[in-house]
Amino acid sequence: MSYVVEMFNIRKEFPGIVANDNISLSLKKGEIHALLGENGAGKSTLMGVLFGMYQPERGIIKVREKEVRITNPNVANQLGIGMVHQHFKLVENFTVTENIILGSEPLKGLVLDIDKAAKRIEELSKHYGLNVDPYAKIEDISVGMQQRVEIMKMLYREAEVLIFDEPTAVLTPAEIDELMKIMRNLIKEGKSIIIITHKLKEIKAVADRCTVIRRGKSIGTVNVAEASEESLAEMMVGRHVNFKVDKKESTPGDTVLKIDSVSAKNNRKVMALKDFSLEVRRGEIVGIAGVDGNGQSELVEAITGLRKVESGNILINGEDITNAPIRHRIEKGIGHIPEDRHKRGLVLDYRLDSNMVLEVYNKRPFAKNGLLNFGEIRAYAENIFKNFDVRSGEGGASLARTLSGGNQQKAIIGREIELDPDLLIAVQPTRGLDVGSIEYIHKRLIEHRDKGKAVLLVSLELDEVLKLSDRIAIINNGELVGIVQASETNENEVGLMMAGISKERSV
Amino acid sequence: MRNTIVSIIAILLGLIAGGLLMLAIGSNPIEGYNYLLQGALINIERIGNTLATATPLIFTGLAVAFAFRTGLFNIGAAGQMLAGGLAATAIALTFEFSRPVMLILMILGGLLAGALFALIPGILKARFNVHEVVSTIMMNWIAYWSVYYIVPGYFKGPSLETESQKLPDEYTLRAPFLSDMFDGSYINYGIFLGIIAVIIIAFIIDKTTLGFELKAVGFNRHAAEYAGMRVNRNIILSMLISGALAGLGGVALYTGNASSMQIGLLPSQGYDGIAVALLGANNPIGVFFAAILFGILYSGTGFMNAMTEIPPELANTIIAIIIYFAATSVLIHRIIDKVKRSKANRPEHKKGEA
Ligand SMILES: Nc1ncnc2c1ncn2[C@@H]1O[C@H](COP(=O)(O)OP(=O)(O)OP(=O)(O)O)[C@@H](O)[C@H]1O
Ligand SMILES: [Mg+2]
Repeated sequence: MSYVVEMFNIRKEFPGIVANDNISLSLKKGEIHALLGENGAGKSTLMGVLFGMYQPERGIIKVREKEVRITNPNVANQLGIGMVHQHFKLVENFTVTENIILGSEPLKGLVLDIDKAAKRIEELSKHYGLNVDPYAKIEDISVGMQQRVEIMKMLYREAEVLIFDEPTAVLTPAEIDELMKIMRNLIKEGKSIIIITHKLKEIKAVADRCTVIRRGKSIGTVNVAEASEESLAEMMVGRHVNFKVDKKESTPGDTVLKIDSVSAKNNRKVMALKDFSLEVRRGEIVGIAGVDGNGQSELVEAITGLRKVESGNILINGEDITNAPIRHRIEKGIGHIPEDRHKRGLVLDYRLDSNMVLEVYNKRPFAKNGLLNFGEIRAYAENIFKNFDVRSGEGGASLARTLSGGNQQKAIIGREIELDPDLLIAVQPTRGLDVGSIEYIHKRLIEHRDKGKAVLLVSLELDEVLKLSDRIAIINNGELVGIVQASETNENEVGLMMAGISKERSV
Repeated sequence: MRNTIVSIIAILLGLIAGGLLMLAIGSNPIEGYNYLLQGALINIERIGNTLATATPLIFTGLAVAFAFRTGLFNIGAAGQMLAGGLAATAIALTFEFSRPVMLILMILGGLLAGALFALIPGILKARFNVHEVVSTIMMNWIAYWSVYYIVPGYFKGPSLETESQKLPDEYTLRAPFLSDMFDGSYINYGIFLGIIAVIIIAFIIDKTTLGFELKAVGFNRHAAEYAGMRVNRNIILSMLISGALAGLGGVALYTGNASSMQIGLLPSQGYDGIAVALLGANNPIGVFFAAILFGILYSGTGFMNAMTEIPPELANTIIAIIIYFAATSVLIHRIIDKVKRSKANRPEHKKGEA
């Protein structure tokens, strides 16, 4: 059996934590190898070591049976190793071609030969079924397409080993199917793939083998065909995981959020939310279901004040907040788990504990007469870390940037729930979380509801919407298609409505 | 801590490179540096002059660093200095008060004028998204030409067309007791103002809710907005404070180190402020020491030049090289990492080789 990559006894420390403790992993030629582990288990770190971003304290790496030292990503490229990071590294106002050749520009004499590159990209695209337009600008293409550009970047550099770090976290369900197809194509062409994902379904669907790590240590490698989703989950978390959500019947009370025929434009100044009306009451979870880009983001931003409302009214507990400043809305009881944790949710260069008081740093007891009280801030943050199992190397003193993606997400969720808002807006709350954490966060969202608060849930995962919501509002092309009781509907009906076929018409 | 090490390495590399240059022109670098240090520090008077030279740099360094913490690049410190200096000079030449009242008015006037000159770019940025680099440079020239017309027009000196009247001694930051203490140096109250400014700014940045907001806006304005902070207000406020600091630098330069204003000159301390902030890693205490270092280099060159064949431009070259290394500090970070790692790996390597 020939291995393209072998990593033996890798150890990587960060201040306060051993991210990788004696981890081994070997990748067969032509296989898709899944890397599974809890949030903060050390998956991204291990792949960072393989891609030359981190230097391990100990351990040996072999590529095609030869021992190598991968001192930086260029060395990795030369060895035929490519990586798609969870957060893409593309230049927004460059074209696809320009992005791909960046760093290995083809020259004709002394001038850049863009056309030659574009041609080659077109060929590769056809060959692997990627469908990318070499001349499109990055800012104009979807997230799914940007990811393909990242894949193309690896192929253009003739990578043989492709690493994907949580590629599906940012994709819509349809895009995920496409990606799976592309991966199978790549394998057919003799490439080998390592994929990090928290979605066990995806592992079952594409992976041949799966290596599980927990808290920086190897647990083992299994053949996926012989494992079930349950057994994988148990291996990873170390206990039985409950995939079902237990919840009581809801008992809705007064209206907390009232959206009255609201319209709002998107960034391209096109009306993206049209005459949208919805009420969310105390003691209920209302889910928003819809295909990505149908006005969900604009709806959330209109409520939270990040976007201007063109017409209509938004009321919180009876008070009109349509044009109120954001801080006022927060004080009126709106909590918001944002869609993009790096853009909105965290100040990545702040310490983690500072991030836990991002909305309340100026309130007592965290500040008095304009002076911060760090002791109170630290204690408050510690409490959130404990409740939500947020793990980092140095606790509250760690920079938010150094946390693993899932731990960043848990910290944000903890911060927002700890504010105890009357209305909690949760957008893709479990994006990037491991199954154990998802179970816990779901429980906390339901608990919030049961405390008599309102929850507005926006998720691209229909599963999640169906499981958690009491009522489901379906949005299509910026309009409300209809509202259904979660207990009286199913995936098919909601799916049809998401395509814009309203219930009345379909019945 | 780490930033300190990087800055020190940058300084050392700059000095080494300067030494190589001295060698290249056939001079003895040890001798050169010896005279440089002597020129800056050999007696109490020279130490006083060095501190005075550093004073405006403390202010402009703080100004640039403070704005930078909010994600703003204020390169208009020169213009803000001129505005501050002009305001203080105008007040001193127009009114008559007792010395303490006058000094306070001059300081306040300079502070406000500097703030005003930075306020305009701040508003332009917040309202119309005009980049502050462009608008602060424009303000530099507005200040330059304002001085050009106002000084000869209203405050012309008795002999020279290009200079304002000299301020009466009691209306400057000079203090007889300081001059006496430093053997006749031109050191003045400015250095105390500088130290107070360093302490206040450090306090604002690290301990107050205002600093928390300004830094949050600087690091990630989208997250700041999400959290309910008023991003635009913070941008304007940050520019205002930055400009006030530079304005005070102007007061220190034109009514402390000097006692009149010349036309047709943008003070070089404005741009040097960028370098000072960079070397000081945008940290007020760091800025203070970086400014002192620059003060040493600038005030020592004259002596070095007098005693050796080394041209005075060399000090500027050394400063430029230090800035270059500080600016490319990524490289230094990497070198530190490598050194650390090879230390950590060493015992193992031996085992492997044995
Ligand atoms: N650059 C860094 N500096 C300090 N600590 C780090 C750094 N990168 C990662 N860590 C720490 O190492 C641990 C492992 O992080 P890693 O990102 O590898 O986790 P992960 O398995 O990818 O988790 P997730 O599923 O949440 O993405 C975490 O505790 C994290 O806080
Ligand atoms: Mg990760």
